[in-house]
Amino acid sequence: MKYSYYPGCTLRTKAKDLDAYARASAKALGLELEEITDWQCCGGVYPLGTDEIATKLSCVRALNAAKEKEQALVTMCSACHHVMKRVNDDMKNVEDIRTRANNYMELDEPYAGETEVLHFLEVLRDKVGFEELKKKVTNPLTGKKIGAYYGCLLLRPSKLLAFDDPENPKIIEDFIRAIGAEPVIYPYRNECCGGYISLKEKEMSKNMCEKIMESAEGFGAEMLITACPLCLYNLNKSTGASLPVVYFTEILAEALGVKEEVQK
Amino acid sequence: MSSEKKQAELIKEISGVNPLKCMKCGKCSASCPSYNEMDIKPHQFVSYVINEDIESLVNSESLWKCLSCFACVERCPRDVKPGKLIDAARQIVVRQKGQDYLLADEIPELLDPELPQQLLVSAFRRYRR
Repeated sequence: MKYSYYPGCTLRTKAKDLDAYARASAKALGLELEEITDWQCCGGVYPLGTDEIATKLSCVRALNAAKEKEQALVTMCSACHHVMKRVNDDMKNVEDIRTRANNYMELDEPYAGETEVLHFLEVLRDKVGFEELKKKVTNPLTGKKIGAYYGCLLLRPSKLLAFDDPENPKIIEDFIRAIGAEPVIYPYRNECCGGYISLKEKEMSKNMCEKIMESAEGFGAEMLITACPLCLYNLNKSTGASLPVVYFTEILAEALGVKEEVQK
Repeated sequence: MSSEKKQAELIKEISGVNPLKCMKCGKCSASCPSYNEMDIKPHQFVSYVINEDIESLVNSESLWKCLSCFACVERCPRDVKPGKLIDAARQIVVRQKGQDYLLADEIPELLDPELPQQLLVSAFRRYRR
């Protein structure tokens, strides 16, 4: 199966691991990720103002590029995913934004939200299937106790993202089971890490992350996994617990036996 | 129309929020991870807009404490979206000349070797026009 792939700015720089392990895993699973040419940064956060158009155009370009190839658009980063899915919803359901964006873009055919936007976790759940994934695992992470850290961007607002139950999600826990490890469910897994507040208010983010880390450690997690480079950064800055925090693609690559080939 | 009234209308327009839908249950404030840091709390934002006290709102520290985590939006039983209201108030400030909350010149001293690009682009989008 071929997908259009939108890596996003951070996967080219500070989160190269998230990208490299994803590509190796996709290959091992027989999925083709075709990177969109000349993609532009999504902006990191969704522009909330109803009158914002220009700030959404980079996403519209990526979405339309996938549409032209008749492929679904896959993202790895929680933030890219969040922004892409919400802009796509605007293009599909908000006439004013759709009209004005299309007037500006002058595409061969207007874009109206046709592209299916998928986070790689959704590809694993809905396209590959966790049962199938389980069969492809060559190096199960048996006995490893892993906490899923969802954060905000994958889950909320749930009506638009339609990713999972926003208060009691299970997709990452099911993923953890599929690769042979044991999920640790802890109450702070869908609480915010502070996000962009950590640029100017480092203490605020640190306090939030300490609660998250202590919650996970208290429930017996040995490590946390995330899909978001900013969550990973913020969690690693906390001093509340000493749990390692890694990208979900890293343990996926490990379970599929391709981790070492990425590290070479 | 007084300028406060105009600004209240503008906030409603930018946010797309109808503050009259609020039934004051306080779930947004109870859900907010930044509650302790905010001078005007999420559930109070709604009242400030209804009462057209925009001066207080745009000078509130809360504008710079909101994380856009959407906990208030997700959990509101009336779909009022307080987070969008806060963003609209922030937009009213940063869209004015010289009112950026984050300047490029500040960046070098805020950087560390692990800091992801995502953090910079997100902060720039929220804190300046």
